[in-house]
Amino acid sequence: MRVAHVTALVTELDALESESIFVFREVAAEFERPVILFSGGKDSIVMLHLARKAFSPAGVPFTLLHVDTGHNFPEVLAYRDAVIEQLGLRLEVASVEDYIADGRLRERADGTRNPLQTVPLLDAINKHRFDAVFGGGRRDEERARAKERIFSLRDEFGQWDPRNQRPELWSLYNGKHRPGEHVRVFPLSNWTELDVWNYIEREEIPLPSIYYAHERDVFERDGMLLAVGPYSQPRSGESVGKRIVRYRTVGDMSCTGAVASTAGSPAEVVVEVAASTLTERGATRADDRVSEAAMEDRKREGYF
Amino acid sequence: MSTLLRLATAGSVDDGKSTLVGRLLHDCKAILADQIAHVKTVSEARGGDFDFALLTDGLRAEREQGITIDVAYRYFATDKRSFILADCPGHVQYTRNTVTGASTADVVIILVDARHGVLEQTRRHLAVAGLLRVPHVVLAVNKIDLVGYDEAGFTKIAKDVNEVADQLGIAHIQAIPVSALVGDNVVDRSAHTPWYDGPTLLELLENASGRIDNSQQPLRFPVQYVIRPQTDDEYRDYRGYTGTVASGTVSVGDQVIVLPAGRRTSIAGIDRPVVTATSTTVVERPSAVAGEAVTVRLADDLDVARGSVIVDAEASPGTRRELAATVSWLADRPLTVGARVLIKHTTTTAQAIVTKITGALDLDTLGVIDATELALNDIGKVQLKIAAPLAADPYSSNAITGSFLLIDAHDGWTLAAGMIDDEEGELL
Repeated sequence: MRVAHVTALVTELDALESESIFVFREVAAEFERPVILFSGGKDSIVMLHLARKAFSPAGVPFTLLHVDTGHNFPEVLAYRDAVIEQLGLRLEVASVEDYIADGRLRERADGTRNPLQTVPLLDAINKHRFDAVFGGGRRDEERARAKERIFSLRDEFGQWDPRNQRPELWSLYNGKHRPGEHVRVFPLSNWTELDVWNYIEREEIPLPSIYYAHERDVFERDGMLLAVGPYSQPRSGESVGKRIVRYRTVGDMSCTGAVASTAGSPAEVVVEVAASTLTERGATRADDRVSEAAMEDRKREGYF
Repeated sequence: MSTLLRLATAGSVDDGKSTLVGRLLHDCKAILADQIAHVKTVSEARGGDFDFALLTDGLRAEREQGITIDVAYRYFATDKRSFILADCPGHVQYTRNTVTGASTADVVIILVDARHGVLEQTRRHLAVAGLLRVPHVVLAVNKIDLVGYDEAGFTKIAKDVNEVADQLGIAHIQAIPVSALVGDNVVDRSAHTPWYDGPTLLELLENASGRIDNSQQPLRFPVQYVIRPQTDDEYRDYRGYTGTVASGTVSVGDQVIVLPAGRRTSIAGIDRPVVTATSTTVVERPSAVAGEAVTVRLADDLDVARGSVIVDAEASPGTRRELAATVSWLADRPLTVGARVLIKHTTTTAQAIVTKITGALDLDTLGVIDATELALNDIGKVQLKIAAPLAADPYSSNAITGSFLLIDAHDGWTLAAGMIDDEEGELL
């Protein structure tokens, strides 16, 4: 039933694009120091593309911030650096690795670093006095994200209070906040994974190569295909094999799984996503499986 | 136009809104395997049957209490169209979140428990839907299985709801007997209601007309942000006014007035962005319609900034510094006469004073009663004096230039949703 989505899309994508552009312009007009969270993942890449459209022919009036787990796919870092260079953007990096090196954070028992991103993120927000922080989170991703406003207030500790969110009426976004507070802004709130891929295809947006089918040494754990690499090694009993895979999400390499896929282009990915029987996070993110409310708990503490 | 339909649920607590949404998603095959596995695991851990409400009740506190606290947005598609579904709370304490969900809806589904009939929250939510002028309201008489699929009971509730709707100025509401738990008449037609020959809920939603098309209304273009690249190239002298067309169509050569200054000029150009991996430029386009985010250039060098509204020269709303409006009060602290607040109207934020509270809606009689203050969840009628001139229309003719927020200047909280009254000033 979902494949039908693919055909009637031109006007729906236009509507989503206009809604997102409206949000970027509201923030540029009403905040002093906005920043775009940019990981080199597809959602942040689409965000940047929309921001460029919103202010063309002028440049994007925002800084970019990468909260770097240190567990990166090299292709994604290379993509990030090339984009910054080509577009002449300013990038700040908040490094989880630095926090671990000097003892401010400790490595988790399970080795994943996604949850460790919160502290460096909040410190970077304080240090640079960012008052609006764009995140690529989509409501269709996860049940706590489904509860988010488009403008979502964070207190001075960076905390989200999902039981006491501001009403959000029509497209009248209220960005008022007190000193020390900031607003998380989610321009892709109403986009689905399929919308994102249809848009990538329509706009011919380049992505890091790992989003498309490639051959990789992987091993299976918890039903996910994990890459053999510096941050993830097979345990005894887990056998390594060469598979044709691609990534549906890009995060901490140690807990982000690949999916078996032969999709080599955006159009082929669209077909695959439309037919998928698993959500993108369900298929690829070990950190969301920790508990019933893993994402909510992280978000309450200030995660994106 | 887009085939996208935005839905919101409404109705009293425990009427089964989240269960209905879960059932709708499930029967539309819009739930993926890992989501089903998750709900199964959680349901079983609690020793119960598959709990459809867990598909949208995503917060820990919601699951613990078995209620919906805030809106959950879900996305699904059938062969006919795509849907954005806002599952809203029923609890009176969280009415502001229901107003949030309903404010962007094309269709509100009001649920009523077949055993209980119309309750105060049903009336409140109907009033909210009427006030917001949601284009379609649908009634789902839920838990019809628990009253033995009784036709007479169903007919009575449909009649009661339509009486309320009538008093609130809402057009006739189609009623559907459903059981969200069992699945009767949600996606699949029920064998238990042979006396019902109307559409299933999904059939009705698939065929409902979408968003009201306001491209035929007079042009309203609130300026959001001014683009001046000031670069050393072909865009050295570029000055573009960005915004989303609120209503009407804008074309190159159109005669327009820029409010609040009231200066007349014409549209010199409309630009569409062209973004490649390495370049950011614009190309000209002849026109743009309501809903499109664009950049316009003007023939004359005027003082135009955020807060300016570019309007059809032949159908200008003018500006006003006093408004009569109906508000839905969303804050715990009451509204009193003399209160100083901020008003956010399109792209203008200004100071305002509440000069008068002229009445409040009585949910029992659905009449307007005298009021000296408005409390949380009240719907009332107020007069405002504003520190800046606003290019405003009545809400009934333009939902964008006719709506506003009242904001607490101290802590930034959104106090009220406001809808500007018609000249005649009727309440709903």
